[in-house]
Amino acid sequence: MTARIQMPKQATRGQVVEIRIAIQHPMETGFRRDDGGREIPKNVINKLICRYNGVEVFRAEMGSGVAANPYLDFFVVADASGELVFDWVDDNGMTGSERAPIVVTG
Amino acid sequence: MVKNPERRTFVAWLGALLALPFAPRRALAQSEPVEAMLQKVTGGAAVQSGRVNLDIPVLAENGNSVSLKVSVDSPMSASDFVKSIHLYAEKNPRPNIANFYLNPRVGRAQISTRVRLAGTQRVLAVAALSDGSFWSGTAEVSVTNSSCYDGT
Repeated sequence: MTARIQMPKQATRGQVVEIRIAIQHPMETGFRRDDGGREIPKNVINKLICRYNGVEVFRAEMGSGVAANPYLDFFVVADASGELVFDWVDDNGMTGSERAPIVVTG
Repeated sequence: MVKNPERRTFVAWLGALLALPFAPRRALAQSEPVEAMLQKVTGGAAVQSGRVNLDIPVLAENGNSVSLKVSVDSPMSASDFVKSIHLYAEKNPRPNIANFYLNPRVGRAQISTRVRLAGTQRVLAVAALSDGSFWSGTAEVSVTNSSCYDGT
């Protein structure tokens, strides 16, 4: 499960920065069938947590109502240099993780 | 003038019973109605309308991926912030699209994502605030091609 994160590498202290993350995942609804007519079991990324220097700042619980290759765009106050770590898990128990550094000045 | 209240109730029940087979049939049965899901979130507290803005295109050509932006009018300060935002698509077989948990460190109560919508419907967003109040916003979306819930 590869993910792409877009966020500023630098920010001034107190600045509200925009974080965008897109993860490659089919987000199978469980309502689809394959070519043989067999049901494709539901498998979605059901949880994503974003931690900033180890502290949770944002958490998303998702269902089959989130489109394939889930995309989330949210905000975080840049208060210290360090890194943002994103962890997620799908219904099959597959986990993914990605991190992005940020330098905070001022 | 209600002459015989018991008779009224009986007639009402009879009417409901007769109407039962004609209740709208959904393509797929929902696991749980939205009201019941909301009850779990709010614990029975009143949900006021306002402060929550849902930004979705009025017309979506493809229900498989519809861009959605939800924002809540909140200072996001240490004493006054949005704790969580809950999204529901009332006609989806699983109406609860997503739940987002926030805290003052996000600075702005605004989230964008892309959702699936099984047909033209109303989308509901409910926000839980730190003072214990609940606020909601809705948006009507016309979907030309519904999401692939029917297996196509």
